[in-house]
Amino acid sequence: MWNLKEAEVTPESLYVRRREFLSLGAAGALGLAGSALSFSCQASAKENPSPTFSNLKRGNFPTDEKQTPIADVTTYNNYYEFGTGKGDPAENAGSFHTRPWTVALEGEIKKPEVVDIDDLIQRFPLEERIYRMRCVEAWSMVIPWVGFPLAELIKRAEPTSNAKYVAFTTKLDSGEMPGQKRNVLDWPYVEGLRIDETMHPLAILAIGLYGRTLPNQNGAPLRLVVPWKYGFKGIKAIVKIAFLKDQPATTWNKMAPGEYGFYANVNPEVDHPRWTQAKERRIGEFFKRKTLPFNGYADHVAKLYTGMDLRKSF
Amino acid sequence: MPRRLLKPGVFVACLLPLVKLGVDAARDHLSPNPIAESMNRLGFWTLTLLLASLAATPLKTFFGWTAQMRVRKMVGLFAFFYAALHFTTYLALDQAFDFSDIGADIVKRKFITIGFAAFVTLVPLAVTSTDAAVKRLGFRRWKRIHRLVYVAAVLGVVHFVWRVKADYLEPALFALTLTVLLFARFVPARGKKASPAETGKPKNAGQESLSRT
Repeated sequence: MWNLKEAEVTPESLYVRRREFLSLGAAGALGLAGSALSFSCQASAKENPSPTFSNLKRGNFPTDEKQTPIADVTTYNNYYEFGTGKGDPAENAGSFHTRPWTVALEGEIKKPEVVDIDDLIQRFPLEERIYRMRCVEAWSMVIPWVGFPLAELIKRAEPTSNAKYVAFTTKLDSGEMPGQKRNVLDWPYVEGLRIDETMHPLAILAIGLYGRTLPNQNGAPLRLVVPWKYGFKGIKAIVKIAFLKDQPATTWNKMAPGEYGFYANVNPEVDHPRWTQAKERRIGEFFKRKTLPFNGYADHVAKLYTGMDLRKSF
Repeated sequence: MPRRLLKPGVFVACLLPLVKLGVDAARDHLSPNPIAESMNRLGFWTLTLLLASLAATPLKTFFGWTAQMRVRKMVGLFAFFYAALHFTTYLALDQAFDFSDIGADIVKRKFITIGFAAFVTLVPLAVTSTDAAVKRLGFRRWKRIHRLVYVAAVLGVVHFVWRVKADYLEPALFALTLTVLLFARFVPARGKKASPAETGKPKNAGQESLSRT
């Protein structure tokens, strides 16, 4: 059905970068340098080589919104383990080793284990989920992920009644992840969800995008996707999943608790202290669009937060 | 470099970042988010040129160099030019002239408030940058007005510091450079107690009228 050996091929080499783009007449666009704003759109002509995953089940929660070109999805990343610039991960993550790789399941569960990534993936039926992704920096994309429901993994781990939260941890290896040599964030990156959030069918663990193995800069070999939350909740290169009694300390929340909440649900009503969250720029579009509550997934997830003050628990 | 090439050379050098921006835009090399990338680059060059113009006097004080004094005004005006492009990019491309959003940003977002203040502070300096303005205002008043450049530089650097999420390396380098340049002005000028040979040097004609310490 799918072949991991083939998947090891560097994804960037597989496609030519030709995409729809905004062509600004640079500063000339401003009328100050005299030239006019040129604002052209070129048709996308992305070649799609044979996909790594075939016959994928089309998953739930589909959107017919235009998908963000793969060249954009794979070159505009916040992944500080490989540098703080948006283009750094694509440049620096190429040699990152995603095999061999193990994931530790531990804490308040009946079946703690350290499992090989390929054994882990074999357990679950893969599907494609086309989701909106809203970054806390007020830009967004639409990405066709390949993955499996997080709930399936949680169920199989058999959490005890003490398990109230789940914490995810990224690999710590500054040799492989050069960004970890600088103390920009408190490494390793940790993110967390309430256990009922992990059970929501929208939440997935992704191992691919656009029908092929996840590029390293997008979080290979295993990343979290929780589309109703800001992108920083989508932790990448997961090596540990811990079931906890108490809410874990999460990386951005520790860094600036007034700016990045534990819940981090997309909410146009609650601004980031330094910028508005009411609007977002969809990558590839000129005009900003309105940000939707829970990133447009309110019908599915709002009930998880009944009775909570989402201004306080932002 | 021959003396007569100094000004044209610096003029062209100051335009290069803009040319690169234009070329990159035309070739679709401005990242998947070209508006944000343009604003970042224009802001970077605003601060770089502003600090470069502030380096002119310390370079003279400490090293006795004088050539840079002849291009200081031009570099300062280029800083204003890039600031104007940065601000216009925000107004036109980022916000598409949505003035209710722009107003809310300027009032509510302190990094935008302070960036806006920095730009506004630069306007009177640009407007009074001509020799005629120096004459009209009188040198002392003109000089007092132009001390606003320190205010603008501090506001501009704080604007950058408040903008970043976690990686403070670049804004910290700007802040450090600015701090050095500001403190350099309190250090007694080289040659104040210097030998007669040095004090006896003729002053470069025309420079004194434009100098702001």
